[in-house]
Amino acid sequence: MKTTTFKVWQGNSDGGELKTYEVEVDQGYVVLDAIHRIQAEQANDLAVRWNCKAGKCGSCSAEVNGSPKLMCMTRVDALPADQPITVEPMRTFPVVKDLVTDVSWNYEVKASIKRFSPKTADHGDGSWDMDQYDVERSQEFRKCIECFLCQDVCHVLRDHQLHDRFAGPRHYVYVANMEMNPIDTGDRVAELREELGIGYCNITKCCTKVCPEGITITDNAIIPLKERVVDQSYDPLARLIKLVKGSGD
Amino acid sequence: MTQHQVLEYDVVVIGAGGAGLRAAIEAATKGASVGLICKSLLGKAHTVMAEGGVAAALANVDDRDSWKVHFADTMRGGHYLNAWRMAELHAQEAPERVRELEGWGALMDRTPDGLINQRNFGGHAYPRLAHVGDRTGLEMIRTLQDHGIHEGIDVHMEVTVSKLLMDGGRCAGALAYDRERGRFKAFKAKAVVMATGGIGRAFLVTSNSWEYTGDGHALAYHVGAELVDMEFVQFHPTGMVWPPSVRGILVTEGVRGEGGILKNSEGRRFMFEDIPPLYKESTADTPEEGWRYVVGDREARRPPELLTRDHVARKIVKEVQEGRGSPHGGAFLDIAWIKEHIKDSEDHIKKKLPSMYHQFKELAGIDITKEPMEVGPTTHYAMGGIRVDPDSQMSTTVPGLFAAGECAAGLHGANRLGGNSLSDLLVFGKRAGEYAAEFAAGNTPVHLQDEQIDLAVQEALSPLERDPGADVGPYRLQYELQHLMQDKAGIAREEGGLTEALDELQELKTRAQAMGAGGSREYNPGWHTTLDLQSLLTVAEAVVMASQARKESRGAHSRLDYLDKDPEWGTVNLVLKKGHDGEMELRREVIPEIPEELQKIIEEQG
Repeated sequence: MKTTTFKVWQGNSDGGELKTYEVEVDQGYVVLDAIHRIQAEQANDLAVRWNCKAGKCGSCSAEVNGSPKLMCMTRVDALPADQPITVEPMRTFPVVKDLVTDVSWNYEVKASIKRFSPKTADHGDGSWDMDQYDVERSQEFRKCIECFLCQDVCHVLRDHQLHDRFAGPRHYVYVANMEMNPIDTGDRVAELREELGIGYCNITKCCTKVCPEGITITDNAIIPLKERVVDQSYDPLARLIKLVKGSGD
Repeated sequence: MTQHQVLEYDVVVIGAGGAGLRAAIEAATKGASVGLICKSLLGKAHTVMAEGGVAAALANVDDRDSWKVHFADTMRGGHYLNAWRMAELHAQEAPERVRELEGWGALMDRTPDGLINQRNFGGHAYPRLAHVGDRTGLEMIRTLQDHGIHEGIDVHMEVTVSKLLMDGGRCAGALAYDRERGRFKAFKAKAVVMATGGIGRAFLVTSNSWEYTGDGHALAYHVGAELVDMEFVQFHPTGMVWPPSVRGILVTEGVRGEGGILKNSEGRRFMFEDIPPLYKESTADTPEEGWRYVVGDREARRPPELLTRDHVARKIVKEVQEGRGSPHGGAFLDIAWIKEHIKDSEDHIKKKLPSMYHQFKELAGIDITKEPMEVGPTTHYAMGGIRVDPDSQMSTTVPGLFAAGECAAGLHGANRLGGNSLSDLLVFGKRAGEYAAEFAAGNTPVHLQDEQIDLAVQEALSPLERDPGADVGPYRLQYELQHLMQDKAGIAREEGGLTEALDELQELKTRAQAMGAGGSREYNPGWHTTLDLQSLLTVAEAVVMASQARKESRGAHSRLDYLDKDPEWGTVNLVLKKGHDGEMELRREVIPEIPEELQKIIEEQG
């Protein structure tokens, strides 16, 4: 067992600072283990969110040495051994206390998005026939564990704070999951362009890089959605057809 | 008078895992106003960890399957201590509950015909588990969450209930505090649905997260609800054992469903030894026959790795005790060997078991497509819980209090089959929500009593007022409790250890009541742990008492001093209730006689 220095941000909405802890680190330790050890032995009231401790629930998001990470999937021995490990709350959301941030905005955005609406069932028992190939597209997006690391890293939210007009990568993945579901009938294109502000995304792919589930957010979700927006809103031929059919948006 | 906010609903649901969400959706659909309370953020509850699948006799993969076979499998798996009416309803209603999820946005893996695909699992006669790779629980909770947020349900996240409130003999709501600021909220409700999940944190090695402190069990018990089957705690045979920091994390039974085999340090497939008589005829004789079963040969019988969890867990422990364990005290679980039968086995494994691949790669540095995993038993699930009416899910003794999912008892008897928890929470979550809404509509409003609320607030705040330096602190005390339960009430139990455990629990209780928590009311996990400890101690006492009383080994309950099943115990459930003097009282209750037609099904299915 060896001792590692951790610098953990502690404070609340009024401010805070990095506090230094020396922690004994067992074999195979992840950052969350070290935080738990600090909690048990040195700071009982250190605030942190966690649940599954296996990368499946997306609760323990934080910034480890400045990078957005799940603390439960970040091995201590994978970090540079010659310097202290810093652990800070996600910067894109307001701090509640210590490593816990107020992520309620994400829940509000999601609730505002047009819900899933299936076509009539194919069979009397209420079931649908779907091909594996067709469901796999949305299944990729449904791997999302809502850790909000993609939201944390996105510069439109992180640096420009456009929370009031930009839904962020998590919610484009959520929309893409419905739009590409083989039985969904909803159309969320106008919403994407207006309220959800997909145009602000300039596809720097930062979100894809930090996704712990390996979802290809930019290429598979955002770009196809942007294409739909362009096709429906700016394609002159489509506009003409819409005008003739009288269903302009 | 204390300061608290009062919130009023027809139905309050406590817990937002699968059961709680499904109950809230149903109650709201039936027109009730619904408040949903959860300790974590929405969508993070333990349902998210369920991996292998949801059991439902859809008969999409094998048309010989039907609710009757599912019913008989569940009863056999539970060693016939199950509430048979719940097992019947569960088997009948699970297919519809699973299908409706796709109408809410779920996308299960498909058969070549485009139907919902199903996989093999322990104790299920046919491929029965609808699934999405090995992340079925995530699919279910997200589906219920995304549907539920449009149903007019008020969700109270990161709010913990510390007491149920009563109006005379009737449940009238709950007192809770928010984790963020420690503000108190009194929920006034005509019906309360308990859906708080399990008790895994009472043990040292567990697949459960911090939340599973038996709150629902304990809160209900303290207002007069009966608990039943508390001696039956499921130790899942395959948890990770190494490195130490991941000990207990679940390795899905889906690994064995996809052909994974168990070996000891001598390379022997020890599961072929000591096959229980109940399963002798349905188990393969040779590895070759076992493999044919895995790939869908209808004539082949299942490999012994797919026997029920109680048996597999005991077999692994035996190998370790007899010196044939893996280097870190487990057994080897090998899925990589299927390369002998399958071309591109590496891709196949990554596709069928993506999170297992990821989990071992990241946390243990093991590539499961090439090397075996080390696994051992981990505390996973409480078969026991709040005793309920099988149809309505209302507590047998507290009107207005309902329970569903893991915190309710009856369906699983002495041992739960894999996949039956996800179907349990859908079927009985829906039923609890429906009957709670009906109860609320048919009954007069309740009244909250200020004295009850004041007392509950005082109790909740008292750890903050005490000196935190007086004892080892809440985490260490919890650790002592977990040690005690693991050693003396774990996978192998005996009279002496259980008697000691009861005494030691009394001592821990006294210390916990005097325990102080440092810090303020603001998001203070130390304070929260002090409060959660009270629930843990109550459920620990229930587990130990019932384990001591049942002098036989059956299902998940193993007694070193009573190694065999005793037919006399085969018709009896153990019921616990708080006595008038505040002490826990235990009584035996004979299981009601099973109707002839259900008995016939059991016999026909062999």
